[in-house]
Amino acid sequence: MNTAAMYTTGVMGQSHAHESAKAQVLGAAPYLDDLAELRGTLYAAPILSTVAHGTLHGLDCTDALAMPGVHGVVLAADIPGDPILAAFGHDEPIFALDKVWHVGQVMGLVVADSVMAARRAARKVKADITPLPAVLDTATAIAQQSFVLPPVHVRRGDADAGLARAPHRLQGTLEVGGQEHFYLEGQIAYVIPQEQNQWLVHSSTQHPGEVQEWVAHALGIGAHAVTVQCRRMGGGFGGKETQAGHLAVWAALAARKFGCPIKLRLDRDDDFMVTGKRHPFSYEWDVGFDDQGQITGLKLQMAAHCGFSADLSGPVADRAIFHADNAYFLSDVSITSYRCKLNTQSHTAFRGFGGPQGVIVIETIMGDIARMLGLDALAVRQRNYYDADVQSGRATTHYQMVVEDNILRPITQKLELSAHYQQRLAAISAWNAENSILQRGIALTPVKFGISFTATLFNQAGALVHVYTDGTVQVNHGGTEMGQGLNTKVAQIVADELGVPLAQVQVTASDTSKVPNASATAASSGTDLNGRAAQYAAQKVRSNLAAFVAGLDHCGAGAVGFSGGKIHSPNGSRDFKAVVKEAYANRIQLWSDGFYRTPKIHYDKTTLTGRPFYYFAYGVACTEVAIDTLTGESKVLAIDVLYDAGKSINPAIDIGQVEGGFVQGMGWLTTEQLVWNDKGVLTTHAPSTYKIPATGDIPAHFQVQLYQEPNREDNVGGSKAVGEPPFMLAISVYEALRHAIASARDQQGKTGVVQLQAPATAEHVLQALLH
Amino acid sequence: MSPRPLHFLRRGQRVTLHDVPPDRTLLEVLREDLHCTGTKEGCGEGDCGACTVVIGERVQDTDGPAQLRYKAINSCIRLAHSIDGMALWTVEDLTQDPHLHLPAGKDLHPVQESLLQCHGTQCGFCTPGFVMSMFGMYQNHAGGSQLDRQGAQEALSGNLCRCTGYRPILEAARHMATLPPATVDAPAVLQKLELLALEKQAPEAQSSYQRPSSLRELLQLRAEHPQAQVVAGCTDVGLWVTKQHRRFDMVLDVTAAAELQTITHAEGQLRIGAAATLEAAFTALHSHWPQLHSFAARFAGLPVRNSGTLGGNVANGSPIGDSMPLLIALNAQVVLASVRGERRLPLEQLYTGYRQNVIAQDELLVRIDVPVPPLSSGTTQHLRAYKVSKRQDDDISAVCLVMHLQVSEGIVTHASVGAGGVAATPARAVQTEAAMRGQPWTAATAHSAGRTLQAEFSPISDMRASGDYRKHLLGSLMQRFWLESQGQVGVSLQDIRVEVSA
Repeated sequence: MNTAAMYTTGVMGQSHAHESAKAQVLGAAPYLDDLAELRGTLYAAPILSTVAHGTLHGLDCTDALAMPGVHGVVLAADIPGDPILAAFGHDEPIFALDKVWHVGQVMGLVVADSVMAARRAARKVKADITPLPAVLDTATAIAQQSFVLPPVHVRRGDADAGLARAPHRLQGTLEVGGQEHFYLEGQIAYVIPQEQNQWLVHSSTQHPGEVQEWVAHALGIGAHAVTVQCRRMGGGFGGKETQAGHLAVWAALAARKFGCPIKLRLDRDDDFMVTGKRHPFSYEWDVGFDDQGQITGLKLQMAAHCGFSADLSGPVADRAIFHADNAYFLSDVSITSYRCKLNTQSHTAFRGFGGPQGVIVIETIMGDIARMLGLDALAVRQRNYYDADVQSGRATTHYQMVVEDNILRPITQKLELSAHYQQRLAAISAWNAENSILQRGIALTPVKFGISFTATLFNQAGALVHVYTDGTVQVNHGGTEMGQGLNTKVAQIVADELGVPLAQVQVTASDTSKVPNASATAASSGTDLNGRAAQYAAQKVRSNLAAFVAGLDHCGAGAVGFSGGKIHSPNGSRDFKAVVKEAYANRIQLWSDGFYRTPKIHYDKTTLTGRPFYYFAYGVACTEVAIDTLTGESKVLAIDVLYDAGKSINPAIDIGQVEGGFVQGMGWLTTEQLVWNDKGVLTTHAPSTYKIPATGDIPAHFQVQLYQEPNREDNVGGSKAVGEPPFMLAISVYEALRHAIASARDQQGKTGVVQLQAPATAEHVLQALLH
Repeated sequence: MSPRPLHFLRRGQRVTLHDVPPDRTLLEVLREDLHCTGTKEGCGEGDCGACTVVIGERVQDTDGPAQLRYKAINSCIRLAHSIDGMALWTVEDLTQDPHLHLPAGKDLHPVQESLLQCHGTQCGFCTPGFVMSMFGMYQNHAGGSQLDRQGAQEALSGNLCRCTGYRPILEAARHMATLPPATVDAPAVLQKLELLALEKQAPEAQSSYQRPSSLRELLQLRAEHPQAQVVAGCTDVGLWVTKQHRRFDMVLDVTAAAELQTITHAEGQLRIGAAATLEAAFTALHSHWPQLHSFAARFAGLPVRNSGTLGGNVANGSPIGDSMPLLIALNAQVVLASVRGERRLPLEQLYTGYRQNVIAQDELLVRIDVPVPPLSSGTTQHLRAYKVSKRQDDDISAVCLVMHLQVSEGIVTHASVGAGGVAATPARAVQTEAAMRGQPWTAATAHSAGRTLQAEFSPISDMRASGDYRKHLLGSLMQRFWLESQGQVGVSLQDIRVEVSA
């Protein structure tokens, strides 16, 4: 483990425990459902469609209303504002209006005096629906031109010419499944009416500002009448970016109708049925390459299964395009992206946000090329890497961004050596030749991930730093804490800026009345944006104090330093606390705001060209697996990861993000299978049927190291983002499985590419072995 | 009918709750009635472990002193009344129980301290459940020192975490044993539990939650209240409450009847009381057939095995329950009892259709008898239990196949095969057995038996697997069985280990 303090001069760089860790292990860290409830609180439960597509004629609530404890129902007619959510595409009704679009769509609420009474009654509501034909696969959607947004084409060079001149060609297809977020804390909102048509919303959300906007929109009031708070989430992973807003709107409508606090907590099965997931993707490609495996031309079609509405599907599918290169220079490429409308839940943000769906297809192509040519897959990958020399002509992405901070080769070489990739590759070949029932596989795959919201406007953040007269510090910023350690890192940044011990800094709940118009905590950008904003706020307070001390000591403000809980000048040191007290007495401002916007970024939304990302984060993973050729079962045997966190603000937290992201990605590609039946019903809607990784899936050898090089761009503390990129390192699991499958197929004399559908369940591995 | 008051011991005090409905869950009581919100609901079906708490029961073996037995359980699907008379610890209690002595100068229990030091929390929502599963390990395995990584992993397989990737949690489970210890004052707790038992008034005939302490009372109540919902560990019935919203006016809980808890070995039989927990039952089976260890460890997560009972699994009769294929292959018999008397029948004859059985309205499944005959000399026994599922641990079988052969002088003298996930009920593969019996045990016989096995069932397709895949597995698992019966190693993923030098 690499948690040793590397930067020992301050609080930053040290592996401080998560700010809530002690409260969490004591069971004393309250989540939304744990907050003390106000007198008169009622509970809501959703009424769900059981039909995938149909005309909704009406709801018969008679039986539900007769149930004990039921206070009433909330239906579309109860919406005072716009009955369509203020979402991205303005295409989602708050409650189903004249149509239902998927099984699990919310048609209204039952309100009762207990959670279970509301849930029981909600199932007694009878919906009068005339079924219509449902679109349940992307091929049908494309054939019928059923899209939530128009197709997007991105080109660079001449893909046809690149294919025509290629000595080798491969065509392929790939199906990659979606993924349920499975945040341990399900979706929940608690809305409390305030005086004069004002509303306090407790929401488990990654985006309080959007919850505020949506609730105001639905209630037909100004945003200034709605306050949204979130102290912590029990996991988010993108699933509480837009999805949390729906619950808050529903609860607010009920609170308005019944004039009392309303809590809406989804049962886990309902959460699966109602909320969107990671987009499943289908791909078709035609790739040309030379004898060494270098790609000369690529035509790629990506079809995103978006569900019934746009939600964030546009930017998700865009990011898939932006990451279809991953680490590789594609000279002549043409990408077509379809955003397919299907009668299912509306798929949404999920860690990586389309990036994984872009990276996996090019990694699959790399593996196929290597096998077709009989070359080592790592060699083929490296042959296609972007060149570190920006003048080389091989350092510009297909969307015209120059890769200036390329560390692909050194980081790959380092892991190749430390994980003994070559020796193990040889050992595995020898072992496989001696065995037939079991086969092993290994893969070392890279990730290059663009950091910034692709929607440029979201790359801004605000923060407040308050120094109280006793010298303690309170920080508030626009980000949200979902377990990723954002508040811990922000506190570390502020503590170092003011030169005070970490214990002196407290970060408080996200609150739209403190920092307004904050972006979602998403796109791995939480610390980059909010940490910087908080640093700027702290710097303003610090400069006020420095000027004050400079006045006392007749020196320049630049000569005043802050460290170890003391303020130093050429004349000596004073306690921070004492200076604060004295500064207050001299009417010096001890609090400030800070605002940050990411520099350098811009891009043209119509052609998807420009510089959408401030910088790239890199990582490499080497994974070894074994498969059982009798049953298709598999096992991950060893994982080695080297991740580029820049100058890590908190190595323990960063390693935790890398490990957690990797395992989540491994789940996406192995055990986590979403199954919709031919009626459009999601039949995997609980942990009994939907299997995220458990303790037994983690190999004893799981080694994560951080690559020690500061961010080459000016980012807070020299750090790099860590939330999403490690997720895609798990593609090494998938590629290692394909390596093992290829070995088994070779033994059996089978030819052709390894067609492995993701997730690589035992059944899918067996199909790949047998086809 | 109303339930009698519910009593349990918590933080050294007796907790008494009145008017708790018979179908109220322990988690609802904790969070909604007692406002103890440290324990979380993650799924409401016993699959994620966020709601894990630890119960302490006073147990007395014949002659020995009374002992405190600790079990981590899922509070979300456990009916509250089922813990009547027990001690309860939730995450909040580890630092608030006067009978739990923390190391000097510490304000955290070692399991909590260990998770903190190892950075084992991120969002923290699963943490209370992990803390309590680890507390169970701490009490049952000498502060965790008796568990290796594999043991820790198995003990925590019923707790899901979506943030950490588990590495730091598994590390914490090992690290806790190195910290200054915390101790439970077991004699004090036992004394209070004894008092609780003594104070408990005689069963109220009209209570809506009945948990009689003898088989005689149990059968009498069963006869009097045929409409009552029978429960044991609640690991399935709990879901009828939380997910299907069923209500029970009256509950008959079989778990306190002493006769149903005992496991004895007599007359060449392992006699397992129907209310013995899955953990206890599998431990007993495993002691006779050590090769069953990994199969047993894969049966749900530990909190479910600690609550769920072997009799419950058998009586429930789910076609994808894992104990029945094993018991069929072991030629187990079930004993059904009523006030009219007892009858016994081969386990597979219990089932008449999908979740339908021959148990009469006044009858209860009271015991499972597993023959453990001594092997005659010159006979080799081959027993293997196979399970294929999407996830290794805590998952439901796509196919479960248990093969049990005796081979004497190269000839199959006995064959029994139990299969799950391939029919509407757990099933005995009668034709396959016949195809092997009396045959030489050769690759050809195994191959042909695999074909028979595949022809014998027509499995369905569902979200766990396609019918074709299930059918394929029947053949390939038979092949693996043949290879393993020949002593071949390197044919199972469990055998494979990899060393990566640092």
